[in-house]
Amino acid sequence: MSAMSDPSSARLPERDRPWLMRTYAGHSDAKRSNELYRRNLAKGQTGLSVAFDLPTQTGYDPDDELAAGEVGKVGVSIAHAGDMHALLDGIPLDKMNTSMTINATAAWLLALYIVAADEQGVAESELQGTTQNDILKEYLSRGTYSFPPGPSMRLIADTIVYTVTRVPRWNPINICSYHLQEAGATPVQEIAYAMSNAIAVLDAVRARLDDDALMGEVFGRISFFVNAGVRFIEEHAKLRAMSQLWDELGAEHYGVTDAKQRRFRYGVQVNSLGLTEAQPENNVYRITLEALAVTLGRCARARALQLPAWNEALGLPRPWDQQWSLRLQQILAFETDMLEYPDIFEGSHVMEGLVAELVGGARAEIAHVAELGGAVEAVGYMKGALVQSHRERWGRIESGEQTVVGMNSFDTTEPSPLTADPDGGILVVDPEVEARQRAALQVWRSERDIDAVQAALRDLAAVADDPDQNIMPATIAAARAGVTTGEWAGTLRDVFGSYRAPTGVGEAAGMPSGDLVKVRDEVERISDALGRRIKFLVGKPGLDGHSNGAEQLAVRARDAGMDVVYEGIRLTPGQIAASAVQEGVHVVGLSILSGSHAELIPAVLAALREAGAGEIPVVVGGIIPELDAQVLLQAGVAAVYTPKDWDLNRTISDIVTLVGNRYGVGEVAPA
Amino acid sequence: MTAGAPGSSASETDGRELGQRLAARDLSAAASVLNLVENRSPAALEQTAALLEAVSVRALGHEAPGQIVGVTGPPGVGKSSLLSRLLARWRASDRSVAVLAVDPSSRRSGGSLLGDRVRIERDPADQQVFIRSTAAGDRLGGLAAATRAGATALAAAFDVVVIETVGVGQSETEIADVADEVAVVVQPGSGDVLQFLKSGIMEIPDVLVVTKADLGAVADRALGDLRAALRSLGADSVPVVAVSSISPPAGIDELVALLDQRHRKLDLSAHRLHGRRAAALSQFTVEHGERGLRALGGPRTARAWLGAQPAQLDLPALVRGLESRAQRLRGPAR
Repeated sequence: MSAMSDPSSARLPERDRPWLMRTYAGHSDAKRSNELYRRNLAKGQTGLSVAFDLPTQTGYDPDDELAAGEVGKVGVSIAHAGDMHALLDGIPLDKMNTSMTINATAAWLLALYIVAADEQGVAESELQGTTQNDILKEYLSRGTYSFPPGPSMRLIADTIVYTVTRVPRWNPINICSYHLQEAGATPVQEIAYAMSNAIAVLDAVRARLDDDALMGEVFGRISFFVNAGVRFIEEHAKLRAMSQLWDELGAEHYGVTDAKQRRFRYGVQVNSLGLTEAQPENNVYRITLEALAVTLGRCARARALQLPAWNEALGLPRPWDQQWSLRLQQILAFETDMLEYPDIFEGSHVMEGLVAELVGGARAEIAHVAELGGAVEAVGYMKGALVQSHRERWGRIESGEQTVVGMNSFDTTEPSPLTADPDGGILVVDPEVEARQRAALQVWRSERDIDAVQAALRDLAAVADDPDQNIMPATIAAARAGVTTGEWAGTLRDVFGSYRAPTGVGEAAGMPSGDLVKVRDEVERISDALGRRIKFLVGKPGLDGHSNGAEQLAVRARDAGMDVVYEGIRLTPGQIAASAVQEGVHVVGLSILSGSHAELIPAVLAALREAGAGEIPVVVGGIIPELDAQVLLQAGVAAVYTPKDWDLNRTISDIVTLVGNRYGVGEVAPA
Repeated sequence: MTAGAPGSSASETDGRELGQRLAARDLSAAASVLNLVENRSPAALEQTAALLEAVSVRALGHEAPGQIVGVTGPPGVGKSSLLSRLLARWRASDRSVAVLAVDPSSRRSGGSLLGDRVRIERDPADQQVFIRSTAAGDRLGGLAAATRAGATALAAAFDVVVIETVGVGQSETEIADVADEVAVVVQPGSGDVLQFLKSGIMEIPDVLVVTKADLGAVADRALGDLRAALRSLGADSVPVVAVSSISPPAGIDELVALLDQRHRKLDLSAHRLHGRRAAALSQFTVEHGERGLRALGGPRTARAWLGAQPAQLDLPALVRGLESRAQRLRGPAR
């Protein structure tokens, strides 16, 4: 406090160094992504953030049936060490700090990275970067898990134990509260579930460490990946609350005595959930304010920052869109004076009060999760709570209680010149990428020493089957032998088994209100006319795990009185068609956010026809550009919904009308 | 629109033809059959009666050959995992399987969320497996009439028909009317089942299954407790099986063998006849209430009347018989 009265302390003696500036980037193949990275670095980006495509994230080769339509879409396809080598070609790995958004297959991609560095002559001990490696939030929100919880936690613990001793500057895990907010978490839930998740990881590591003295090192290597919404004052308070809780946890729970190891280190991607498709230029302001939440206060400032692009609700951003977001970071860091001061919120009663409120709420929720047996056991509980929060948030937007400018208010607009381009202002991935990656993989397979590959996979299976061994050395050996992503993950799937995460939709119950009452009456009327309650299959084809939208639709349709069959994520077109027929549904709703709609939706339509159910109407929702929507409608889709159709009741009402019309019971008899 | 398609009207669906397809063991009729039996319109009820007539003892010359197995237990006990393993086991011996999963979701809004089928692992391309989920709600706590009709019909075509329900206490009594064998599934440490058994709320099942056998000592203790309870009730002969659905699975072969053994010993005709008669009375009571039951002279008289009916009558015929009898006894409408 005495420092406060010292006028000289109003400024820092030396301007702070800025955070690491990254752009979440990668698409198509390794060569094109490498070119993109080099251009981004030339523009002043200071770290890399690698986006992998869904087959790489979930452990399938580009020629796997489940990979169809997804190769190179939401990120780069990395199928083996050769791809990783090409991805990092010419980028000095002893200097670069690389963040990889990779979870179920994190151990594998880390191994590929270590092998690529080795080929550059860089020792693993010199590497800096992050593997996201957080599986619980995949179960809760993002959906790119591969294995059941037990083996997944072991893989995480193995990578942590390995890096702490062998790759000491690596962040082996980024505990993600980011995706919890995207799934609807309130600030208290975001803090509490992230901390509970961290506790589960720390406990899993402790159980595998021979030497408890290493817990300090382990604690010090755990970093977080946080979200920041547009309510930026509260969001800043959230980060201060997390710093406080993390410090306490280290000291009290894990006996970490070195304060430096207890420091809360985090990277940020600011909120995508709040970005709108309507008047998308406004998103630039939202992103700016959200960036302030994580940079303004020195004592809880992000270590690394990546910002979404203004057009993320429309489709994949182009390099120019990403450059625009990078420039925002540079203006904050180099033009404003924010890096010249000590913490500007110190001593603020308002900030202290907010932090205390969040810490109190989070403590109670952390205790509740602990009572349920910890985060792994409580996945079902947390998922249900998130679906409920998301539903409440959406209800506030629909009722107008929560203002979203340009969407539920102030929606009169001039045509936007930004989206007037022929490409609609988004990036379109070359559809030939998938075929090329498949062909390249054939070549890779034919040129490697197959005996060495098979020996490496046998070793890997044996290690996986023995919980006392660390998975990393066998994984690195497999990467060196030329094993592919699908082979590595397939071997582990054989040993570990498969898993489906809870959908959370059963738990969130509600009574219809407002417009929904009218919709429900119509559901009853049409159900009576049909003789059977309207039955609605909500499906997510392909590898895309972003299920929040599908879940909200399923819950709302249930609340409107329909029987809803919701099967969760990652279904093949054949599975969806078989379910539709066997369940006798009247209508099918498909949700896709990964950009693979052009391939997957027609495949589902074909599968339905083949199963003799071509007459069942299909509606589609997701991030679907206008031009693509037209193509889908021509292919036989009954309706396409995008983020601009934010009023869920209206969407449900549309679907009910569609069912009535298709089955000849649409018109209400005149009174 | 094809007959039995999701939205086709009941008048377009030919119940008799569907029944004949089932009798000829055409598994692809299953979805249309369920679409029909779930349909509550008067025309559909008529076609359902025609369907059941086409797969009745009278039409087939024998009881439908499929084995109807009830699997019931409280939520979260591991029924879906158990079913996944049973399904694999049955398919390994080339038996076709239909699963009717009755979902307990609350119907506060009228609607329901049916998520069960996804938890049952199977080969999606396998045409010999059929899974259908139904909401329990429209009738309080009960097994939907549609499920009963569906199971009865599908047993003409499938080797095994499973009815999966949630709950412990009342639901297995109703399942017992339609299933040939009932397995009650419990997990270690659940005291409810012991209480229900001892107090007589729960009827004694054919098999008690204890899941999560991988838990070791806890599962062993649960087995011991259940066996002791059964002994004290004089039901020593009821087998208690411990199963583990996680790898490596355990107890599954034993459970299937037990179900098969009991099925072989079962007097199928007598059992199903008893079930049809009990079901007829409960279905009549749902439709016509206490007042209807009084018109029949009370449940005992009604049961006696049912017992005197020809054995080959199917369920809709029995319900129709009760209805016309009630009408007659009540006298001409005022």
